Amino acid sequence: MTNRSYQSWAGYPVVEHEARKMNWQTDSLPLEGSDGKSFLPYGNGRSYGDVCLNDGGIVVDCRGLNHFIEFDSENGILRCEAGVTLQEILHFTVPKGWFLSVTPGTQFVTVGGAIANDVHGKNHHKAGTFGQHVNCFELLRSDGSRRLCSAEENAEWYQATIGGLGLTGVITWAEIRLRPVKSALIDQEVIRYSNLAEFFEIAKASDQDYEHTVAWIDCLAQGDQLGRGLFIRGNYSDTVQNRAVRQPKLNLTVPLEPPFTLINSMTLKMFNTVYYNKQRKDQVKSQVHYKPFFYPLDAIYQWNRIYGSKGFFQYQCALPVEHMEDAMGEILQRISKAGLGSFLTVLKLFGDKPSPGLLSFPMPGATLALDFPNYGQKTLDLLNQLDEVTRSVGGRVNPSKDARMSSEDFQHHFANWRKMEDYIDPRISSSFWRRVTAES
Amino acid sequence: MRKTLIIGATSAIAQDLAKLFAEAGDAICLVARSDNKLKILADDLQLRGASSVAMQSMDVLEYERHQSVIDSAVEALGGLDLVVIAHGTLPDQVACQDSPDLTKKEFEVNALTTISLLTNLANYFEAQQRGSIVVISSVAGDRGRQSNYVYGAAKGAVTIFLQGLRNRLTKSGVNVLTVKPGFVDTPMTADFPKGALWASSEKVAQDINKAIDRQKSIAYVPWFWRYIMLIIKSIPEMVFKKLSL
Repeated sequence: MTNRSYQSWAGYPVVEHEARKMNWQTDSLPLEGSDGKSFLPYGNGRSYGDVCLNDGGIVVDCRGLNHFIEFDSENGILRCEAGVTLQEILHFTVPKGWFLSVTPGTQFVTVGGAIANDVHGKNHHKAGTFGQHVNCFELLRSDGSRRLCSAEENAEWYQATIGGLGLTGVITWAEIRLRPVKSALIDQEVIRYSNLAEFFEIAKASDQDYEHTVAWIDCLAQGDQLGRGLFIRGNYSDTVQNRAVRQPKLNLTVPLEPPFTLINSMTLKMFNTVYYNKQRKDQVKSQVHYKPFFYPLDAIYQWNRIYGSKGFFQYQCALPVEHMEDAMGEILQRISKAGLGSFLTVLKLFGDKPSPGLLSFPMPGATLALDFPNYGQKTLDLLNQLDEVTRSVGGRVNPSKDARMSSEDFQHHFANWRKMEDYIDPRISSSFWRRVTAES
Repeated sequence: MRKTLIIGATSAIAQDLAKLFAEAGDAICLVARSDNKLKILADDLQLRGASSVAMQSMDVLEYERHQSVIDSAVEALGGLDLVVIAHGTLPDQVACQDSPDLTKKEFEVNALTTISLLTNLANYFEAQQRGSIVVISSVAGDRGRQSNYVYGAAKGAVTIFLQGLRNRLTKSGVNVLTVKPGFVDTPMTADFPKGALWASSEKVAQDINKAIDRQKSIAYVPWFWRYIMLIIKSIPEMVFKKLSL
């Protein structure tokens, strides 16, 4: 049965695959009568590109694996099934004084998905990736074998599965380390800065004292304002929560998919200009709830629909330290020139904490992430131009967000990809993997 | 602290309801067939805040155990305030049409076992003069349709049984809630293509939980099914019999 509801977050490409469910960690994989078709574990469908798709095959929906197993409230160690979402974890642990060690920009991802994509967040410079806080997990393979994987036990499977894009087997449960917090609040500071050079200055100066740093940039600004934006930095608040802080409820949604994208050059220009000027002062300090701080877009449920039925592309590249300033300038210039700006552009410095993952994306340097409406070839041409810059300085493109990078680029960016092949489950495949390992 | 018994506890809707009950601090007794699954769910509920979790494995077709399982639950919980009956199967309608035995079996699982359990539970609650009975029936029980009238007939029987029971128990201060879910995305409906009318079991559980708190009699979940079924029920049989529903 083909299922329109199992697609990727960016809605491109649209594929046909059969969906089956796995609901109990003790169940075997639901592969009866599958005629040898390949399968792929599927979490909550928040991957932008085709790492979560398996055109012509099967996706195994693991959201039913949603039980907590054990919680050590003294040391902040949580063991739970892999279909539990980060939202469910925070709902459970924040009142007990524990927060995720690493969180991406949405809380609607599953633990299994967070491991398989080795996601990172605003604290990469301090804490590295999600995979660096995973003690162990169980890996279920299509031959029925179950492996307990950790840095000590089955270490090579542990490394291949963290950032392994779901290809090594189904993660049934995982044990993760949390970090202590005193409240649900963040002491936040937002600084308006006027060009890329200032960004690097502020970012370098902030990374020591702030656990979380990120910048939103106005990617339509040009000339000596290139790269201008708002730098957002914050720390978990030490003040114990003693007053009600506004916690936005999830009550907005984009109910329908418009036939065309609502993001165009006019709405973009307006949004970017207004957003850049949203605060009157250049520097504003405040105390905010963790939800608007980490997950501003989660407040608009299914915001991906604003891009219409053709979907969009997210582009995220990492650029190495030595060349990041020049290369970032070049990339922003190309985007600005093309006039195909992005509604949400995020810029951040990565730290140098290496992930155990074989295919992990981050590298020491800078990372830029943007969304582009799908205008077909015009958009693809721009992304190819950005690839040129990324490639020329030895950077890489994030597989979890990609739907179009060339197999040549992938194999060049991720030199370990051949090693992965020893660990990939013979029954598992994905649209992404077939695409980036195709002979070029 | 509410004392809650859940029969068919490992079904998707029951699990999500149980999680809400656990967060509210209920003492919970779980009944389902599989020991393994009960254990997984019990650990989860304990962590989420249930004040205690007991479990008993039973196949609902073991009628002779119904009373003793209820008695053990009352003992483990130290009383009983709320019972949720959520077990069920989704019959293969076409297969039922070729097999009176299968039809009978499906009717039994979806109707007679529930009616048997309710008969025992009703007397307990009537004597206690308070409490809440919640049963997951279905919109399918509102009108017979060719695509699943075996299931519909069983759920319809449950719905009417509950109407009568409510009429009997209201004066004893016992609330009887008939839950009528529409399309819910659960393992039971895994083989259906999902469209806009489908809801997640989490959402349905939240709606049921609200209906329990508000002491409602009938809850369509999500709410819009009340109106869909109003239309479906109002089509004259002359016309209805020609539709392919």
